[in-house]
Amino acid sequence: MDALLFMIFAAIAVICGINLVVQTHPISSALSLVGVMGALAALYLLLGGEFIAAAQLVVYAGAIMVLFVFVIMLLNAGTEKKMTVRPLGKYLGAPFLLLFFGMIAYVIQKILPSSSPVVFGAFHGGTALEIGRSLFTVYLLPFEVTSVLILIAILGAIVLARKEVD
Amino acid sequence: MNFYLLSLIKTAIVVGIFMHVLAYLQWIERKVIAHVQLRVGPRRVGPHGLLQPLADVIKLVTKEDILPSHVNKVFYFMAPFIAVTFALISISIIPFGPEITIAGVRTNMGLTDLNIGVLFILGISGLGVYGVALAGWASNNKYALMGGLRSSAQMISYELPMALALAAPLLILNTLSLREIANGQAGYYWGFIPRWAIFQMPFPQIFSFILFLIAGFAETNRVPFDLPEAENELVAGFHVEYASMKFASFFMAEYANMVTVSCIATLLFLGGWHPIFPEKYGSGLIPVLIFAASAVLCFFHAANPARPFDRITLPVFGVLFLGLGGLFLLPPVQFILLPLFWFSAKVLIILFVFIWVRATLPRFRYDQLMRFAWTFMFPVALVNLFITALLVALFP
Repeated sequence: MDALLFMIFAAIAVICGINLVVQTHPISSALSLVGVMGALAALYLLLGGEFIAAAQLVVYAGAIMVLFVFVIMLLNAGTEKKMTVRPLGKYLGAPFLLLFFGMIAYVIQKILPSSSPVVFGAFHGGTALEIGRSLFTVYLLPFEVTSVLILIAILGAIVLARKEVD
Repeated sequence: MNFYLLSLIKTAIVVGIFMHVLAYLQWIERKVIAHVQLRVGPRRVGPHGLLQPLADVIKLVTKEDILPSHVNKVFYFMAPFIAVTFALISISIIPFGPEITIAGVRTNMGLTDLNIGVLFILGISGLGVYGVALAGWASNNKYALMGGLRSSAQMISYELPMALALAAPLLILNTLSLREIANGQAGYYWGFIPRWAIFQMPFPQIFSFILFLIAGFAETNRVPFDLPEAENELVAGFHVEYASMKFASFFMAEYANMVTVSCIATLLFLGGWHPIFPEKYGSGLIPVLIFAASAVLCFFHAANPARPFDRITLPVFGVLFLGLGGLFLLPPVQFILLPLFWFSAKVLIILFVFIWVRATLPRFRYDQLMRFAWTFMFPVALVNLFITALLVALFP
């Protein structure tokens, strides 16, 4: 069942990813990106990263991409013009791409041990409880420093936007 | 029993009831608003207009489905699907009652329970924006586009105070699973004050409840925050180019979102299915009393009919109410019906508030709406969260 679900959502993610590049209209591309993020959230769930999956939905699909779509609508961006593809790229591009992906997959398989679970530092398990505990004990200082960094970024955005107005 | 079979049965029951609730919510809304405005509301189709939803559905399905020539077809068709899908998904993780055993099968009342329940609801409600925004954009109409833009800006702005208001009771209840949240509000202080989150020590969450309800009004695009479809400015806003079932999908999505917000408010703040006072003082008799009183009222008005048909229809309703009240006295079904009664009573009260506000308050202006979100709701929600965190830390 897990393998089947993985195949389904991985396929959705890849198809949406290809669609993102192929589509000419910005809104179609943005929505394909939402599809990629939704599929990624499902893949995180399959890996047991429940909190990350929810954060992916809330932050990326629900907030950031809505802003993207919002901006595209406001700018009223039209369809892009496609460049003509040279015959060399047309016939050699796909085989070389497949070769490249094959090499990457081979190298990753060689480097990574096959059966041991992936562990990130002090994080064990992906529930909100465990992530919260690690964030507020082991990683308290980096966590707080990051929050200050984000605050500075927000202030910077406001200052820059102010200047444009005057 | 087989997990898949059980899930299928539960899904069928929940979807069936949910769809009827959505259809009749519209009837209730029309009736309540009519009575607020001293009218009688729909009463032509069926006794007291009770078949009006059916008539509406037939009308909407059989209407000509107009496809404007200037729309972006893919997104024009996709938008109502997105809106209605994300509006209906949330019901799948809402628990309606405690764990029960029917015919030897132990199961939870409710489809499923996620240990990230609250986050899931927030994520899904965030995705619901796409339906409205895309509908506005794909319609290729300036009014629709304005509606879609307003809606996305409004939903992004009000998601912040909503999330902050939700975080405060979570600090007290210590979990994200909706079932455990409801269970954490069982029991009573001094034997009679319920431990619901709006009363729970160390800091009663009454402020976050009000903040959540206000943000809920904005998230569901209801009056006084229904700027995306403001009739006097935008004709009908984002769904101005939609007809027949596609229009009905947006309607359905709005009502489904209303039900979801009410369910979340009930679960997080009003103790879910836990009765308002303990079983030992006879809280189990409340539904019986309510239904008996309704029956008596029906019989009284049947004896003094205001309209000719009341002599026939009202006694039928009276007998129906008596039967429903009697069901609550039968031990074999009592343990299912009592939690369901308390849960749906609270949800219905909040839904009534939604309708009541729509009948009472005028619409905000757009800049007022944004100023209210960012300069009032957001700071208040932050202060509320801060005080809650402080008190939870001081008195664990």
